Amino acid sequence: GRWTRALAQQQLSEDALLSMEPFGNVTLVHVTDIHAQLKPVYFREPSVNLGVGEVAGLPPHVTGADFLELYNIEPGSPEAYALTYEDFTALARTYGRMGGMDRVATVVKRIRAERGDNMLLLDGGDTWQGSYTANKTLGADMVEVMNALGPDAMTGHWEFTYGADRVTELVDGLPFPFLGSNIYDAEWNEPAFEPMTMFERGGVNIAVIGQAFPYTPIANPRWMIPGWSFGIREEDIAAHVQEARADGADLVVLLSHNGFDVDRKLASRVDGIDVILTGHTHDALPEPVIVNDTLLIASGSNGKFVSRLDLDVRDGAMKGFSYRLIPVFADVIAPDAEMAALIDKVRAPYEAELARELARTDTLLYRRGNFNGTMDDLICQALLEEREADIALSPGFRWGTSVLPGDAITVEDLHTACAMTYPAVYRSTMSGQVIRDILEDVADNLFNPDPYYQQGGDMVRVGGMSYTIAPTADMGSRISDMTVLKTGEPIDPGRDYVVSGWASVNENTEGPAIWDVVEAWLKDNPVVTLKENGSVRIAG
Amino acid sequence: MAESKPRVKVPKSASKGDVVTIKTLISHPMESGQRKDKEGNPIPRKIINKFTCTFNGKEVFSGDLDPAIAANPYFEFNAKVDESGTFVFTWVDDDGSVYTTEAAIEVN
Amino acid sequence: AVFAVAGGRGTAWASTEDTQKAIDAFTGGAAPQSGRITLNAPEIAENGNTVPVSVAVDSPMTDDDYVAAVMILAEGNPNPNVATLHFTPMSGSADVTTRMRLAKTQNVIALAKMNDGSVFMDKKEVKVTIGGCGG
Ligand SMILES: [Mn+2]
Ligand SMILES: [Mn+2]
Repeated sequence: GRWTRALAQQQLSEDALLSMEPFGNVTLVHVTDIHAQLKPVYFREPSVNLGVGEVAGLPPHVTGADFLELYNIEPGSPEAYALTYEDFTALARTYGRMGGMDRVATVVKRIRAERGDNMLLLDGGDTWQGSYTANKTLGADMVEVMNALGPDAMTGHWEFTYGADRVTELVDGLPFPFLGSNIYDAEWNEPAFEPMTMFERGGVNIAVIGQAFPYTPIANPRWMIPGWSFGIREEDIAAHVQEARADGADLVVLLSHNGFDVDRKLASRVDGIDVILTGHTHDALPEPVIVNDTLLIASGSNGKFVSRLDLDVRDGAMKGFSYRLIPVFADVIAPDAEMAALIDKVRAPYEAELARELARTDTLLYRRGNFNGTMDDLICQALLEEREADIALSPGFRWGTSVLPGDAITVEDLHTACAMTYPAVYRSTMSGQVIRDILEDVADNLFNPDPYYQQGGDMVRVGGMSYTIAPTADMGSRISDMTVLKTGEPIDPGRDYVVSGWASVNENTEGPAIWDVVEAWLKDNPVVTLKENGSVRIAG
Repeated sequence: MAESKPRVKVPKSASKGDVVTIKTLISHPMESGQRKDKEGNPIPRKIINKFTCTFNGKEVFSGDLDPAIAANPYFEFNAKVDESGTFVFTWVDDDGSVYTTEAAIEVN
Repeated sequence: AVFAVAGGRGTAWASTEDTQKAIDAFTGGAAPQSGRITLNAPEIAENGNTVPVSVAVDSPMTDDDYVAAVMILAEGNPNPNVATLHFTPMSGSADVTTRMRLAKTQNVIALAKMNDGSVFMDKKEVKVTIGGCGG
């Protein structure tokens, strides 16, 4: 209730959250994976986030109580609420929403005031997609807001789902570079984006190399960006590091959208990178992970956190650091008035529609987690019933925020779970074998023991069926016991099933938009109550 | 079938002894012989099976191509240039057609 | 189809013997050594129909010491042969990039034969995936 909330928030103050003993001569400020969340959100961190192979049990593959213990965080504390799923609903009521670009602006402006010109603000991408307004304006709302925040460089991933023409148009208009050392023109194999930029801050030469999401044309529709080829291209990064040092860089920073495990492996193999600002896998870690003298920074998602990394750089080398993962408590950090006004302006044409109530929920709705989330359970239920399917598939995106039990589900909430440029809901027949092949394929993208073969999404969500998964088994043999829930019968590889799903990467996928399908279902289900999802059993 | 159109990228000039990078593309379906048409009949193989690059008449680089080479065969390779001259590029089709193009380089 | 599945049932894949036969034909019996040759290909193919592959061989490329040929194999294709490339001292360096078809997830192999008959080998697994669904 209100009383508890007020009491808890007394312990927090803007000053306590933002004050930091300045250290060294350069500050890097990192935001990433904002997913177009202009307003404060609830975002439940995952309960299941498995690591395989060498990274099993290592951060970020630590959740809940284990996470609290590892980082010595008091259960029930603001940090516990921000960083884990433990007691999420109760703590959300206590500590309120997080993020909001007006609050982020307050944080950034304060650091800028403290550090003056000795600061770089870097945006790790997945910035322009993820909301109703971003989808309606094809990213323009976020570009306008970010330009006001003033990053020094960015890289990208979901940005590319606006298609090559739109991306080129937006990038050409940016007052700062969009970096992508790993993006090549697919025909002549020549760099398609600026790979890196050298900045001078506080007498320090800082090389920032940009790394876009390596598997953009695989995880997202290739047909939208036919002229560009991506990939990890480790050898290119190594070459850019050498080049940067030869050009006099004192500090080399990789602004990366690789995903945490890919960056951890990269740091172990490529010498000379001082800092990797990681992104894509939406991990929030209160301390850097240090690999081969490289600091790996994980700044979370959805505007929940801003990373501040103070560095002491002397004689061409990094001598020390001081780091703060700043949790953006929306009720504690005052909104920046200028930014708040700009956000109101870009949202004004849509405000009435955004607030329209579609239903209420008795169940906490969230997505993030390796195997299922209640928001996808809701989507799968809508797909099964509205499209009269045997089986539903919903992509394991890591974006999408949370809705608390007892709250309304608004148009804004629904679109935050599915705002994208290829929303068609297909309905088709697939053999049991094809369904199995899909699950195996996605499982390997998540659990291949070599991070360079991972894509950084979560497992595809299923409705109408259950299965067992052995994450550490070999490629092609992780999935077993596939069962149709309706009949309790095993899924027959030779039989056809009616499958409905969304977000197909194939061109010319036909069907209604996912938000229309879910809205229709919510009309018939004005109070959402979801049962515990037991469709995925984890083995091994 | 669309005409097979070769395109090459060769630097206009270089210094004596430089190793320059050459890129070549030719539009061609590279029909592998593995595919079947709508009636289920095998589509006969028709690929570029040989690519050659010479400089002033001497071979620099060549390739024997199998059906696993992608449509629109692409090659990127290097050449050491000690004098001005002309690169000649030749592609040989299974059907006997030969496609060629040239590019001159000024070496000083 | 919503998901394109590469390859297909009933396709006759190359056997390990086919790959070994192709290697033997190229090496003339010399045992492939590791080192000197680097095969580069994406870990995951963006499109199985056109997968970039680069091979670089460490060699001075002089009249006395050069790379005679490089062979590229894809051991999981219906036929493992991809291409055989011939270099000369005029190549300046033994580097080549081309694009190939991969029917499914498999190892790609590159072999280099030096003018003295010695052979070097490198390989890399390239995943061909259905795509999508991640994020
Ligand atoms: Mn993201
Ligand atoms: Mn991403």
